[in-house]
Amino acid sequence: MVAELLQFLVSGLTVGAVYALVALGFTLIYNASDVVNFAQGEFVMLGGMVTVFATAAGVPLPLAAFLAVLATVAVGLLLHRLAIEPARGASAVTLIIITIGASIFLRGVAQVAFDKRFHQLPGFSGSDPIPLLGAAILPQSFWVLGGAVLIFLGLWLFLERTLAGKAVRATAANRLAARLVGVDTAKVLALSFGVSAGIGAAAGVLVTPITLTSYDVGTLLALKGFAAAMLGGMGSPLGAVVGGLMVGLLEALGAGYVSSAYKDAVAFLVIVAVLFALPQGLFGRSGVERV
Amino acid sequence: MRGRLSARHTTLLGLALVIAAVPWFFPSAYYFRVAALVWVSGLAAVGLQVLMGQAGQVSLGHAGFLGLGAYACALGPKLTGLPVLACLPLGAVLSGLIAFVVGRPILRLRGHTLAVATLGFGMLVTMVLTGENGLTGGPDGIRIPRVELFGWRVRGAETWYWIAGGALWLGVWLALNLQDSPSGRALAALHDSEVAARTLGVDVARHKLRAFVVAAVYASVAGSLLGMMNGFVTPDAAGFLSSIEYVTMVVIGGSASVPGAVVGAALLVLLPQALTVFHEYEHALLGLMIMLFMIFLRQGILPGLAGLLAGRCLGAPKPVASAGARA
Amino acid sequence: MTAASVAQPRPALAAEGIGISFGGIRALDGVGFAARAGEVLAIIGPNGAGKTTLFNIVSGVYRATSGRVLLGGEEVTEAPPERLAALGLSRTFQNLQVFFRMTALENVMAGRHLQERAETAANLLSDLFRLPGTRARNRTTRDAALALLDGVGLAEHAEAPAGSLPYGALKRLEIARALATAPRVLLLDEPAAGCNPVETEEINRLIEGVASRGVCVVLIEHDMKLVMRVSRRVVVLNGGRMLAEGTPGEVRRNPEVIAAYLGANVVEEPARPGKPPESAAHA
Repeated sequence: MVAELLQFLVSGLTVGAVYALVALGFTLIYNASDVVNFAQGEFVMLGGMVTVFATAAGVPLPLAAFLAVLATVAVGLLLHRLAIEPARGASAVTLIIITIGASIFLRGVAQVAFDKRFHQLPGFSGSDPIPLLGAAILPQSFWVLGGAVLIFLGLWLFLERTLAGKAVRATAANRLAARLVGVDTAKVLALSFGVSAGIGAAAGVLVTPITLTSYDVGTLLALKGFAAAMLGGMGSPLGAVVGGLMVGLLEALGAGYVSSAYKDAVAFLVIVAVLFALPQGLFGRSGVERV
Repeated sequence: MRGRLSARHTTLLGLALVIAAVPWFFPSAYYFRVAALVWVSGLAAVGLQVLMGQAGQVSLGHAGFLGLGAYACALGPKLTGLPVLACLPLGAVLSGLIAFVVGRPILRLRGHTLAVATLGFGMLVTMVLTGENGLTGGPDGIRIPRVELFGWRVRGAETWYWIAGGALWLGVWLALNLQDSPSGRALAALHDSEVAARTLGVDVARHKLRAFVVAAVYASVAGSLLGMMNGFVTPDAAGFLSSIEYVTMVVIGGSASVPGAVVGAALLVLLPQALTVFHEYEHALLGLMIMLFMIFLRQGILPGLAGLLAGRCLGAPKPVASAGARA
Repeated sequence: MTAASVAQPRPALAAEGIGISFGGIRALDGVGFAARAGEVLAIIGPNGAGKTTLFNIVSGVYRATSGRVLLGGEEVTEAPPERLAALGLSRTFQNLQVFFRMTALENVMAGRHLQERAETAANLLSDLFRLPGTRARNRTTRDAALALLDGVGLAEHAEAPAGSLPYGALKRLEIARALATAPRVLLLDEPAAGCNPVETEEINRLIEGVASRGVCVVLIEHDMKLVMRVSRRVVVLNGGRMLAEGTPGEVRRNPEVIAAYLGANVVEEPARPGKPPESAAHA
């Protein structure tokens, strides 16, 4: 019983950490611009796929992972420069559709540049499960959780301690005011795209040994990450992390105890229920509508 | 009534002409099939235009209702013994009822929250269609029996072309009627300013729900037609990507415009067909096209072109609401 | 200060002891007024006095923390805006809430929503199939809206997109739209803000015309000249509380009002439709 529960919890936290990272990417970009970037899942896909193909070409894994993150950051910056920046001032729905177009585009390119098959990476510390209170935990789970914690910490330090990070926070709090005190909000948005892409790619590298990757894994990841960000409260980084972990846990528990065919349904059902009870999300700002 | 032909009449006449005239240029049955697909997708998009363009409410799960319509025609005959054709209105009523029940709480939400809630609804429909293997055939889909009308078997791309074209024309007529009516004005009002609409006595929740139900019925009918036409349906028809495609049709065409939805549908159906030459690059090109259209013609094709023809620059000027008295 | 004028039997609109807090800040406290049919009541006060908040409560947009609102003697404190509209209350907005996607005419047509009785399911079907009933409603609504536009001097702009109209015209468009609901009580939030003297004169006549038809008009306005001319009684708010109430003459002579708000020179010389000194708000 306990072993089973522990097994579900660990696997839930592991995928939840990935959802949290995707949600964090959504949040960063959303805070800088109100854009909901549906290409966020493609960043995760790129991280995984580039690493897979670089290692296959003989590049050692750490270097391959580094290259993958770098390449994805470049893609993120280009996406901002070529697709978001020219559409400045467009409505939210238009911007969402642009990012959806970008996501289809990236998927299409990946399908040509790589292939349509599933790929796996070897576990970073082997693939022999570690026994823990009767449950068998994949060592890669610790990599994912540890990596996620490091990324959260790094992002937190960046936002709290650096000038650029403070500009990001100022922009999130009040874009106009930030601009008035001299923050270049366009640069902040570009930075947010770069950081979000990097975070997504890192998540992709970390999780590929467990979940496999292919050119089209991005869509579902983006949806779950988006749902997680909403659950936590759109715009709240803490909410994104908590929301992501909760979606992962709900999914794992739902798959374990209810029905594995409906594991996605469980997550979405709970999210929809939470939204009705708490439309601002768990950590979202609520406000009085000004007339 | 004014002397000149109103925009409403021009649109209806133009659409009828297009539907009647295009077949002259069709060299093969394949073209009838593709065109029928355009009309059916257009029907769903026109319904979604009522919700998105007229009432200003986004739905990222609208294909769920298409799925309901299609599966109603697949499962209805098996479960009830009714003829397939009778299952079309049955599916429409069912979709309308589901939209009525689901829409009540969903439409209280706004913006991104509404987007997730509708997305969740679409996902749930897809998951049920995929998961209930025994009933729905699971991810492989299910066959839809051939349509028979008084002993006459409805078959052939050309027949379906006319059926789909007629359905689309009817759908456009209804949507245009709605736009120019008390209900349509209420929708347009709440789209622009909910609080102002409410102070004018518009029951915002009720009118949003109506638009949602109308859009669901459109989608369901389109789904049924699509299913009967193909003789087959898979859960993908109800999936997220499919939902996104319909949203894109509405926005690309120009969400404020009913015929725009048809133009958007034509583009999104025809592009992949035209791009089969580059079939490897199909997705990349499709994504690229969507981005380009949204960046450079962001009001949508029809209003954008109208603006260009009128010699105005894109992006209507908003009034500068800065009064001298505001210090 | 003499006692505030006692509420008349069955005022068209009355607010009693209204209070509301936002995040612990008391925006309004114990504010009340009563206005009869055909009367023009002005609510004045420095910026941040809570005037618009009071309108938002009375029109159902915000819910008061304390106090009650009576419309034609019926308690409507909890009623949402659409219900209040049905009971005959209409309003305009300080920050314009014009329907910018529509033409001027369509804006006013939208205001006829209640007369069109579009709420029943049968009417939805009639609208979809453009049955004769819908066509008749379209015609009546259109004619009524044109007449209303004419009444505010915007007839020649009927087909213009609302977004292309100048600010002063939009103010009048909102008034026409509010009048389209055939209200018994009309709340006007700074109708003359941003208007030039000629436009202000038109608004003045408009308000008098509306009141003379028996409509109760409650007005928030900074243009003291307009306030003094058009209103029968004036309520002065300051910092979310009642400061004074009375006829324009009484209020003008009230030393507290002069001290806290008006400033002697504004009363003598109301040439600029400007603001009272900001500092007064914090006095």
